[in-house]
Amino acid sequence: MWTTIEQIFPYAIMFTIPLLITALGGLFSERSGVVNIGLEGLMVMGSFIGALTISKLQTAWPTHTVVAIWIGLLTALVAGVLFSLLHAFASVHLSANQVISGTAINMIAGAITVFLSRNITGSGNIRLTNGFQPFNVPWLSDIPIIGPLVFTKTYWTTWLILLVVLLSAFVLKKTPFGLRLRACGEYPQAAEAAGVNVRRMRYIGVMISGAFASLGGAILLVTIAGEFTGTVAGLGFLSLAALIFGQWRPLGILAATLFFGFASTFANVSQVIPALQHIPPVILQLFPYVVTLIALVIFSKSSQAPKAAGEVFDSGKR
Amino acid sequence: MRNLIISLCAVLFGLIGGAVLMAATGHDPLQGYKYLFEGGLKNSSRFGDTLATGTPLVFTGLSVAFAFRTGLFNIGAAGQMLFGGFCATVIGLNVDTARPLLLLMMIVAAMLGGAVWAFIPGLLKARFNVHEVVSTIMMNWIAYWTIYYAVPAYLKAESVETESRLLPDKATLKSAFLSDLFGGSYLNMGLYIAVIAVIVIAFIINKTTLGYELKAVGYNRHSAEYAGIRVNRSIITSMLISGALAGLGGLAQFAGNGANIQIGVLPTQGYDGIAVALLGANSPIGVLISALFFGLLYSGRGFMNAMTEIPPEIADSIIAIIIYFAATSVLMDRLITRIVSRRRASAKAGTGTGGPVSGKEKA
Amino acid sequence: MDFVVEMLNIRKEFPGVVANDDITLQLRRGEIHALLGENGAGKSTLMSILFGMYQPDKGSIKINGETVRIANPNVANNHGIGMVHQHFKLVSNFTVTENIILGNELTRFGTLNIQGAARKIEELSKHYGLNVDPHAKIEDISVGMQQRVEILKMLYRDAEVLILDEPSAVLTPKEIEELIKIMLNLVKEGKSIIVITHKLKEIKAAADRCTVIRRGKTIGTVDVKTTSEARMAEMMVGRDVTFTVAKAGSNPGEVILKLDDLTVMNNKNVAGLKRFSLDVRAGEIVGIAGVEGNGQSELVEAITGLRKAESGNIFLEGKDITRDSIRSRIDKGIAHIPEDRQKRGLVLDYSLEDNMILEVYNREPFSKRGILNRSAIRKYASDILSSFDVRSGRGPLSLSRSLSGGNQQKAIIGREIELNPSLLIAVQPTRGLDVGSIEYIHKRLIEHRDKGKAVLLISLELDEVLNVSDRIAVVNNGELIGVVEAAETNEQEIGLMMAGVGKGGEQ
Repeated sequence: MWTTIEQIFPYAIMFTIPLLITALGGLFSERSGVVNIGLEGLMVMGSFIGALTISKLQTAWPTHTVVAIWIGLLTALVAGVLFSLLHAFASVHLSANQVISGTAINMIAGAITVFLSRNITGSGNIRLTNGFQPFNVPWLSDIPIIGPLVFTKTYWTTWLILLVVLLSAFVLKKTPFGLRLRACGEYPQAAEAAGVNVRRMRYIGVMISGAFASLGGAILLVTIAGEFTGTVAGLGFLSLAALIFGQWRPLGILAATLFFGFASTFANVSQVIPALQHIPPVILQLFPYVVTLIALVIFSKSSQAPKAAGEVFDSGKR
Repeated sequence: MRNLIISLCAVLFGLIGGAVLMAATGHDPLQGYKYLFEGGLKNSSRFGDTLATGTPLVFTGLSVAFAFRTGLFNIGAAGQMLFGGFCATVIGLNVDTARPLLLLMMIVAAMLGGAVWAFIPGLLKARFNVHEVVSTIMMNWIAYWTIYYAVPAYLKAESVETESRLLPDKATLKSAFLSDLFGGSYLNMGLYIAVIAVIVIAFIINKTTLGYELKAVGYNRHSAEYAGIRVNRSIITSMLISGALAGLGGLAQFAGNGANIQIGVLPTQGYDGIAVALLGANSPIGVLISALFFGLLYSGRGFMNAMTEIPPEIADSIIAIIIYFAATSVLMDRLITRIVSRRRASAKAGTGTGGPVSGKEKA
Repeated sequence: MDFVVEMLNIRKEFPGVVANDDITLQLRRGEIHALLGENGAGKSTLMSILFGMYQPDKGSIKINGETVRIANPNVANNHGIGMVHQHFKLVSNFTVTENIILGNELTRFGTLNIQGAARKIEELSKHYGLNVDPHAKIEDISVGMQQRVEILKMLYRDAEVLILDEPSAVLTPKEIEELIKIMLNLVKEGKSIIVITHKLKEIKAAADRCTVIRRGKTIGTVDVKTTSEARMAEMMVGRDVTFTVAKAGSNPGEVILKLDDLTVMNNKNVAGLKRFSLDVRAGEIVGIAGVEGNGQSELVEAITGLRKAESGNIFLEGKDITRDSIRSRIDKGIAHIPEDRQKRGLVLDYSLEDNMILEVYNREPFSKRGILNRSAIRKYASDILSSFDVRSGRGPLSLSRSLSGGNQQKAIIGREIELNPSLLIAVQPTRGLDVGSIEYIHKRLIEHRDKGKAVLLISLELDEVLNVSDRIAVVNNGELIGVVEAAETNEQEIGLMMAGVGKGGEQ
């Protein structure tokens, strides 16, 4: 039993991280007042750009595979920012329906990345020669119980993202930027009257979501997937669910994505765990989605959703 | 009129975007488009295939458009289509009876399956005010995994794990008449059902009290409530109809264009339905036309791919660009307004009237 | 003369309308200056120009004698101009301090210094006698308190010129008195105030001078002390205004609406209307007087069925309708002119004719077996529109959104009166309309009464309630304070009752 748990933990955490950073991106966007259901597409974009950069660099530079990966992650992040500008422009400047614009983002990413990768590889998949290798944190991994669970077989990206989450929580709560961003998502007219440039804040919110979601897609690539296949299998949507489940708070999102991470891991490995063998796998696979639906119902009365998220901000409206 | 111009502009931009993509990847756009359109229109067989490819899109497009009229964003057409198609397949594989009755049962099963799948988000919206976008997305994945396990468990093919057994011919919408008429195309009776659906939905939206109620709820649920319209019931009704339409799309796909159901994919027609509805300005006729246009892109891409080096995903890319421009129609709307008002202003300068004569006052 | 702000010969045009036409307003240092005008006269546009939200087409703005260009609200702030909007610009789940510092944050090493800011706010609050708790959340404090937060927001930004837009609209008479006291305090400390209003009494009580505008033009600036209310009213409207509504005495018949011990929950799920009992008879107009948010919405929504009653009963013509659906109440003879015409009254994206059948589309001849009958609908709509003088571009086919506010309201009133209801509920029927439309609507309400029907009038304008009603029921905090005959009462008595003091002086 213990060994199974020891095996599952690192895997679940690995699975959590892409979800976590993507949902955190969604948080910045929605807190600024823009709903972003294009997270899925942004992840795909990150996965594609990351795979493209890394595979090219690794071929050209076979001795520095790890450096190539870091450069790939950075490139994906920048590409995500640029790609998300499409959504920001549509929803902030053109008053487009944010859900439709987000859908367009998903479709564009899904179509164009595969189109391009087919031009490059023919099959449409881009394979990495090397991904990140897991490592055990020195000393800490020797701590009983916690050591094997949390500090073994970890990735640098995991620690980086956890740091980003803590930093985000601080920025949102304790800095003028955070106060202004939240005001834009709650009541943009108030922010505007106080001299805050609502459009700019919303652009920033969407761009952060683009950066984070794209990074999420790239991390998925270099830790779990190992190749770009034109899809992230609904993880972007699952991140959106985690955002709601976590009630638009960084630490809430951390808890929600951990939950999803573990749920998915259980579903994937249920056949080799004696305790789970009797549960039909379909139940385990459905579990995250059904739980999200139930959570939506439970939170429906006391939702902490930013009030102006999804609303077009028209500064003429008084 | 304005909607038509906007849609045509979106298509134009989509085609330009596609051309840029082709050129950027070292292909000849003109040749690409030539083969793309030839592939969908060259002869009666290919034209028939275009109509057939467009058929499921008519249903999912209608599904999204109908919900939209009630102010609901049904992003779950994919799941409803999958489950509706699954229900129809279950009937088709397990019931053995005369063909008309069997097909009728399959139609009903597809509609029911889709409706049930849409009922849950509708209920959650009406009862708990849960936003339908998130709940329909969740329902999509629930459908995906349900089918993923149900098909191998109950409808497994002999050798292949990832799809169901083939439906017998009498349990599909295949029509020898249509097929012969279009030179051996796989065009089938799904098209008839699609045309009927367009007419029925147009009638409901424009001529009935039900349509009046649903549109009132869509435009302004507060005034609908004020007028005594039961808003919650309208939301559920609308989702049921929307889901039934998507379910029919599943029938047209899995028992019309194809003859079995596959696992591990969410049908792309679900998302494409959003694009179809948007491009068709949520009107049934508009949906029909834009679905057939997308059908053309999808059915011609194979021929294009065979004749050139251009990957078939160019069709998806063009559609994706179209939906972005349709979504940002405000841009074109403003442009049109500016052109119109400039023209008016210059016309006015000639006659020399000042100020508004009647009608609009300052609100 | 020492002017802090001068707006000289301002002109502003919107497509099709001249909102401001050669308006001049000069604000002296340390004065309270009223800007008086009817709805739609151009007051808000003028102040939006001063606050940098619009640019004038012509004219100039001088601050402390120097010509300036105010490109946006931030520039206005830098010039020491602050504005309290009619709809408060406060984030409801932020604290008072967070709202005040937003956009102008006090920081320490890049992080928010909430404690330091709160101390400064506390001091300001004490200095001007505002009595605001800097750590309270906006959603937990009263509307009057929220207004003070808005004032504090300006003081925190060192505003010298304060613009108050219709500040008394949401306050009780007592809160209005306190507000006037605060305003006097502020000018004593050297601030200058522009107050936008159409309430003459408050101008008399607080202002030094008053600029009157009408249809976008300056009519004149007068000294308040030496000018009578009637004179100012005449300047505002452009003709002699009587204020009283011509009507015969009422002739009440049997009870149409009977409310018995009615309790209704509000949005926060506490009792918004408490054990409320009232009769409305045929042939009379009963007015409900009270400050906004004292149970009027709950009352109306409970009678119309939009909100369910927690306990107690509602009878219409003797029949219990407490559990009836909205539709069934409409069918039994209740019509409702809603408070918010754009939110509830009209489907703005429907044509006028579709809006005219909003409650009756399922009756013959408008539909039969679920199929609409266009020609019957059009005829019915055209009749209403012509008999209620609704002006629109394309008649029944006009999009409701394209109509002016006054015409939208007339269309709603026409639709509801056309139902010939035994009980007509009119909520704020004249809000935001000009004097001509107001008189017209009052006339139609009285006509309906004279047909032997019951009318329930809910209004926040005390004058309207006093002039149109036959009897007046006063609510405070969800409770019925008392019912008085309109002919035998006066503003002072009603004002006291609105503040919760019962008839005869008991609390």
